[in-house]
Amino acid sequence: MTVKYTKDHEWVRVEGDVGTVGVTDFAQSQLGDVVFVELPEAGRKLEQGKEAAVVESVKAASDVYAPVSGTVLEANQALVDDPAMVNSAAETDGWFFKLTLSDLSQLDALMDEAAYKAFVEESH
Amino acid sequence: MTEAATALKTTPLHALHVELGARMVPFAGYDMPVQYPLGILKEHQHTREKAGLFDVSHMGQVRLTGDDPAAALETLVPGDIKGLAQGRMRYTLFLNEQGGILDDLMVTNAGDHLFLVVNAACKEQDVAHLREKLAGKAEVELLDDLALMALQGPAAASVMARFVPEAATMKFMSYLSATFNGVPVILTRSGYTGEDGYEISCDKADAEAIARALLGEAEVEAIGLGARDSLRLEAGLCLYGHDIDTTTTPVEAALEWTLPKRRRAEGGFPGYAIIHRQLTEGASRRRVGIQPEGRQPARDHTEIQDASGTRIGEITSGGFGPTAGAPVAMGYVDTANSAIDTPLALIVRGKPLPARVAATPFVPQRYYRG
Repeated sequence: MTVKYTKDHEWVRVEGDVGTVGVTDFAQSQLGDVVFVELPEAGRKLEQGKEAAVVESVKAASDVYAPVSGTVLEANQALVDDPAMVNSAAETDGWFFKLTLSDLSQLDALMDEAAYKAFVEESH
Repeated sequence: MTEAATALKTTPLHALHVELGARMVPFAGYDMPVQYPLGILKEHQHTREKAGLFDVSHMGQVRLTGDDPAAALETLVPGDIKGLAQGRMRYTLFLNEQGGILDDLMVTNAGDHLFLVVNAACKEQDVAHLREKLAGKAEVELLDDLALMALQGPAAASVMARFVPEAATMKFMSYLSATFNGVPVILTRSGYTGEDGYEISCDKADAEAIARALLGEAEVEAIGLGARDSLRLEAGLCLYGHDIDTTTTPVEAALEWTLPKRRRAEGGFPGYAIIHRQLTEGASRRRVGIQPEGRQPARDHTEIQDASGTRIGEITSGGFGPTAGAPVAMGYVDTANSAIDTPLALIVRGKPLPARVAATPFVPQRYYRG
């Protein structure tokens, strides 16, 4: 199992060719209280770096980008019902969707946990 | 720190905000707290349930003096200023010659002068406007040695009474010159949340001690601009620059209640001909409350369509109402579509979101009427 991070503050946890995607704890702290999420439907093809989901806090709407390309397997219905899970469990139960990766080599260019931590510290 | 950040002005409570862990953002030229560690949602709910303290020192406080400052001010605003009893205050609007709104403001009859509170982003132009138009009729002083705070919420009165006992019986929209822990303050029973509460004007040097005293009370939390915005939106109150501006008239903005009978009959304020005609014949568009269906908020500048898909207006304020427990918005629609419960479609990220015209406020106002 590998967990990788993007500069847009998404994480993807990969087992085999299936990735689970969410936003990082740092991202949720910046978003503030989340009141709504819009998640991609199963079967939708996502392209790396393109819009995949929307998260709305009390303050503003933000796009969530696909950290890797692939086909959506499942969206997290529990998150739709309780969007505040983005704040309380960003990197666990607050996952957004699962997808089948179409190009595993895309993972190589993403950051590991240590690199992401350093990225957050130096940019904020 | 960036160059832009160093150019920002600060209020006398800036160090306290930073000490409290506020997230600071630029707002109207000031470095202001958008939220504290509690977060916007809980700050909002705390204000509705207990009491919140807001720093609004960025707003403009103006003293108007002269032989008859009320008569002078009436040449610039449509409100009844001459009829304002001593110790009472009123909401009114600076208008341009087209009847557009230059700013909204509170006017208090403080006896020997009128006390005005205007928006931060407009205060320099408001003062210039007053000085130009009232030259020879009134003296205009921007009181930039003063701070301004708001204490809002159902516990505001009991908290304030511990420091200023006579504040408890002040009526909504009244004014009191008082002493708070030995220092002079001007209290008004007013605010921008839909809750009971006070605005507290004091010398800049005394602001931090007053803020710390109020925050020391168990019921009081510091509240940032984020919750201030969601509170006022639920209360159906306009935000200048969003819901009203130079392109909207008081009639279009559904603010006819700011146009009293005498002023409607006599005129004598900028844009009277246009406003009189709109009062008689109606305006082509109207500000309304908007209730989106479901949980997805629609933000300002969202396009509004009617049932047939024709564009009929735009949202001017929108977000999530923590007390309403639902998204809430306001905006302008064609008058033909402005009746309560008219179905609308809000175009959010290219998709129509069903909504309807709703009565405001979205949560009941709880002002103290005595």
